[in-house]
Amino acid sequence: MAKEVKTQNLEMAKSLRQVTQDEWYVPGHRTCQGCGPALVYKLVSKATGPNSIFLGPTGCMYVANTSYLCAPFAYPWMHTQITNGGAVASGIEAAYQVLIRKGKYKGELPNIVVMAGDGGAIDIGLQAMSAMMYRGHDALFIMYDNESYANTGIQTSPATPYGANTTFTPPGKAVPEGKVLFPKDAPQLVIGAHPAVHYVATASVAYPVDLINKVRKALNYKGPAFLHLHAPCPKGWLFDAAKTVEIAKLAIQTGMWVNYEWEKGEYTYQHTPKEYKPVKEYMKHQYRFNHLTDAHLAKMQAFIDAKLKAPGKPIAVPVQGPREQA
Amino acid sequence: MSGKEVFYQGNEACAEGALYAGCRFFGGYPITPSTEVAEFLSRRLPRVGGAFIQMEDEIAAMASIIGASLVGKKSLTATSGPGMSLKLENIGFACITEVPCVIVNVMRGGPSTGLPTGPGQSDVMQAKWGTHGDHPAIALAPASVQEIFNETVRAFNISERLRTPVILLTDEIIGHMREKITIPEKGELEIWDRPRPDCPPEEYLPYDTSKGIIPPMADFGSGYRWHVTGLNHDASGFPTNKPSLVQPEEERLMAKVTENLDIIEKYEHLTKDGAKVGIVAYGSSARSANAAIRLALEEGIPVDFIRPITLWPYPSQPTIEMAEKVDTIVVPEMNLGQMIDEVQRCIEGRAKVVGVNRVDGDPITPENILEKIREVA
Repeated sequence: MAKEVKTQNLEMAKSLRQVTQDEWYVPGHRTCQGCGPALVYKLVSKATGPNSIFLGPTGCMYVANTSYLCAPFAYPWMHTQITNGGAVASGIEAAYQVLIRKGKYKGELPNIVVMAGDGGAIDIGLQAMSAMMYRGHDALFIMYDNESYANTGIQTSPATPYGANTTFTPPGKAVPEGKVLFPKDAPQLVIGAHPAVHYVATASVAYPVDLINKVRKALNYKGPAFLHLHAPCPKGWLFDAAKTVEIAKLAIQTGMWVNYEWEKGEYTYQHTPKEYKPVKEYMKHQYRFNHLTDAHLAKMQAFIDAKLKAPGKPIAVPVQGPREQA
Repeated sequence: MSGKEVFYQGNEACAEGALYAGCRFFGGYPITPSTEVAEFLSRRLPRVGGAFIQMEDEIAAMASIIGASLVGKKSLTATSGPGMSLKLENIGFACITEVPCVIVNVMRGGPSTGLPTGPGQSDVMQAKWGTHGDHPAIALAPASVQEIFNETVRAFNISERLRTPVILLTDEIIGHMREKITIPEKGELEIWDRPRPDCPPEEYLPYDTSKGIIPPMADFGSGYRWHVTGLNHDASGFPTNKPSLVQPEEERLMAKVTENLDIIEKYEHLTKDGAKVGIVAYGSSARSANAAIRLALEEGIPVDFIRPITLWPYPSQPTIEMAEKVDTIVVPEMNLGQMIDEVQRCIEGRAKVVGVNRVDGDPITPENILEKIREVA
């Protein structure tokens, strides 16, 4: 792919005051009260501005945003099937490159942004996402992570944490903890296997300026970039809808979520607490973990402890099969 | 029928029917309006020693049930239109490798994402022709919650006995509708298992048809060596492109259906004296057709009725009988005209055929059908 056409340099914000008051994700949707993914969309849209094309693989940010003959997107937006956000983005970017090369399009290459949920990014959508990263298309793939298939009524996804109660991982006598598997590590999937990628970062709705700046940094890089954004879901995780940001902060304070950047092989960490709280402090607010015993919580704590011991390195996770239940 | 009475949604009845038939493996992916089948089995399968796996996509879900079936477990997956489109290649694989499995398609509206929460009947031709190449196609189309239970059991039975995939076509209406049903006592409904080899492993040929057109199937891991391939193969299971072997094998696959119509075909045929109008309807549209027939009779118009419960292979004989009696056959369906072509094909001009078609996400009402009956009577 020709990479020399993009010349934009989106500025970093030092505080929310420096962030535009213009909205490109506007009223006109029916997302839930306290929706984390909707907040992600709002912040990402502020970061990209209007010269953007957004692609939404099937998910709650497609269905809840586009019902009733209206949508909140003030830029061109397209629904892609849940399998293929990365593939459609590849086609759009490649076509722009041709138009630019032949002088038939004189403008700036728009920001091509895939806004995929966790299923559309690392489950059914993994193949197309990975191929977009592999081929080096100048597009940004965002995985807004609400840790479930929320659109179809909260089923588990590879991003759903161990122990969560979803409609496909119901806790009961035979399987007391509900979900028995530990999640895939999305950013490490991208970092570990895609030489064309130079920028991968994680961010959270708890820190909006950081999130906006990471989107801009990702867009300033020529070539593909990947962002993993934590987006708490009151409906799926079953917590008070007023506490979305609080839950997101607790995730960081307990080590359940780590904000970091990976730029050309170098890791830097943000918002690292001086001392991590026990994961229980995060989990106790969410009814999806309500059935877990102390043994289950200890298993989760051990998993997080192991993760946090290896900062800056791909995190090795002990493989947990369904038969190895606590 | 004796047994336990429950107030079930169609999707739950389907899952319960699968358990009754001996299904012990479900591989699935969430999709509206079929998700409840999986939800139900995610709760129940672990309790009966079965396995429930949420797969990474629809293709994988279909592939997983082929794998599980090869190990000897009766296997199920459930989906709706967009997921069905993804499963098609593997359905063809199950046809040619002769791996029994059951696929539930709770039909919704429209091509692509369409109307996820609205009903449709527009996958009926896909059930017959969807996967590429000539292949046997069996599809059952129940019309009530009880019938979903019973037909799920029958789908497994047919699939096991004939070693071929069977598709259960329901739709959003009967999938989500709740009705009282009776779950029969164990043993009340007959349960069939696949034929298994009785020869010693060293003599086993997986596609040996010397004793009949359904070759015995050995479970993986049971000591019988078996090569499974999507390529055309001979009796040994190894690939061949020898014309003298390929054509008879493909014809045998089709003959498994055509020579076993007695266990596959199922329909309701209701006749009335002096009827000059007939209706062919299936699935939830048949419920509206039933009501329309009652309303028409109140107006003095007798109407004959055929309700195919097995949609593929289509019940030609009763349809020909109907066409010889009536002047017009009305075919209501929630698509823009699919089974109507099959009706026309098999009656060869013996009667006029008209459709009542809706794809707006609302069901076809008895009034929609009654209006057409009045028009043609």
